[in-house]
Parts: sequence; structure tokens; C-alpha cells
Amino acid sequence: MILLIILGMSLVTIIPRIIPAFVVEKLQFKPWVNRWLGAIPYAALGALIFPGILFVVPNEQIIGIVGGLVAIIIASLGLNVVFVVIGAILTVFLLTL
Amino acid sequence: MHMAQRGIITGFPIMLGYLPVAITYGVLAKQAGMTLLEIGLMSLMVYAGAAQFMAVNMIAVGTGIAEIVIATFVLNFRHFVMSLSFMNQVRGIALRWKLPLGLGLTDESFAVSAMNPDEGKKENGVLFYAMIFIIAYLSWFVGSILGGILGDVIPENLSQSMGIALYAMFIGLLVPSVKKNIKVGLIAILSMLINVLCIQIGFSTGWAIVLGTVIGGMSGIILLKEDE
Repeated sequence: MILLIILGMSLVTIIPRIIPAFVVEKLQFKPWVNRWLGAIPYAALGALIFPGILFVVPNEQIIGIVGGLVAIIIASLGLNVVFVVIGAILTVFLLTL
Repeated sequence: MHMAQRGIITGFPIMLGYLPVAITYGVLAKQAGMTLLEIGLMSLMVYAGAAQFMAVNMIAVGTGIAEIVIATFVLNFRHFVMSLSFMNQVRGIALRWKLPLGLGLTDESFAVSAMNPDEGKKENGVLFYAMIFIIAYLSWFVGSILGGILGDVIPENLSQSMGIALYAMFIGLLVPSVKKNIKVGLIAILSMLINVLCIQIGFSTGWAIVLGTVIGGMSGIILLKEDE
């Protein structure tokens, strides 16, 4: 039963992931489409960060915001992403003690 | 070998983000009654965090196969948009490499790769991406198994704090790009707002991210024009 669920989930996850490999192989895009696809990473990052970050600690949206601000500050200093991640984890940990 | 080493270093933050989340998945899956084999197999075959958490919840309450599979499709459709962007970025790479990379595409492996667009044009650039994707995949699998074995050993306070790791990584990837080009920040903020709006209207999280990404990304058609 669970194995069937896993198989079904696997199929519907794989298909959207690999179809673009064939599409891009066949097609050359117009410059505006390339600009659109070039903007997708930044748009995706935006959509993935907010509002999801608010719910890191349920019912305590302010903690997510503070953790995010700390991450922004550390990243602005030009430090490696590893330090950004560790700094944000520490912030949330201290705020939830 | 140099490219592979750089891939490992670049992919390292994904491991930091994935391990705690994967461990949490493993713990929850165990509590939902899944065996260690099923826990590991789901991570290897589905390899999509949000969908796995959702599936574990649905399995725990006894939801049917069709609902779980359809919900997974809806939640993971955003990878279609990301894959389209990624495959366009690595046009120079052979199809036999693009396929396994496509299989390993996640929000995180996409985000990290997309912030390093020039490697695809270099010699052996595929090794750079391959190492990022392999590190992410292995961390996810190992973390899941650890969670399944450890059960409740990890204090809730700490695992909850680690929930911010992936968001922090996304911020850590975005900020340097914004410092280089402020328009990139504008695209991200627009996409955030569209995402929030879609959720307010009543779209599911999965579709809200798809719409936020696709529509927010359209602003790039105009904003990135002068930069070419």
C-alpha cells in the first residue's frame, strides 16, 4: 500500500522535472523568453522565502521575521551562506528558549 | 577535479539545511507507522521534502492513494518551471547529463545552481552541478534514515530552530545577487507579493508558488532588458 503511494508520488514528481530537458533540447527561445526564464531563479527564491518563513515557529511569526532579518544582515556582510544558515538557526534557537 | 571540488563546497550549505529537515521527516514517518525501508525508499524515489511531509501526514490519517498522488503532483509542479529555467541555463550540457540532473532537481539544488550560471559554459561544468545535486540527494537520504532510527532523540526546540535553515539559505543566495543588481530584488519582492495574494485568494501553497514564480518572473522580461 505505502509502496504503491511511493511509486505514484515518484512518477508525478519525476515527469515535471525531466520534461523540460527534452523541451529545451528541441527549441530555441526568443530573447524575451530567455529573460523570463533568467528571472525565474530570483522569482522562485522570493516565493519560497515569503510567506513561508513566517511559519517556522507556529503562532510566532515575529521569530521567523527576526531570523530572516539576521540572515539578511549576515548575508549583506558578504559572509558565506553556511554562516547565514548557522546564524539564523542560533537566532531562532535563542528566541524559543 | 577542480570543478567537482567547487561543486562540493558550493553544495555544502544544502547539506546543513537538508539534514535536520530530513531527520524530522524520518521521525514523523516512523511515528506514522512507516518502516525504515519505506522511509528511505520514499526519500530516494520521491525526493521532495514538502511532498513527503504532506504524504506522511496523509498516511497517518489514512488518506487514499489517489489523493496523495494528486496532491504531490500539485505541490511539485513548481519544479517544472524551475527545470525549464535550469535546462535553458545548461543548454551546452549533453542530454544524457541533463536527465539525471533533472531527476535531482529540488527547490534548493535549483536555487544554488541558478546562482552559479556560468559554470555550465565551462569545461567539466557538469561535474560542478552533479556534485551539488549528489550532495543534496545523499544528505536527504541519510537524514531520513537517521530520523527513522533516532525517533524522538532530538529535542523539539532544536529541530524546530533548524526549520529556518533552508529559508536562511535562500536569503543567503539572494542577497549577494541583489547587491549586484537591485532589479533582482524587485523581481523577488514582486514574486513574494503575488505568492501572498494567491494564498489570500485561496490557492494551495504549491500553486501559489508556481504562480508567484511564473508571474513574478515575467517582470524580468522588462526589468532585465538593459542588462543583456
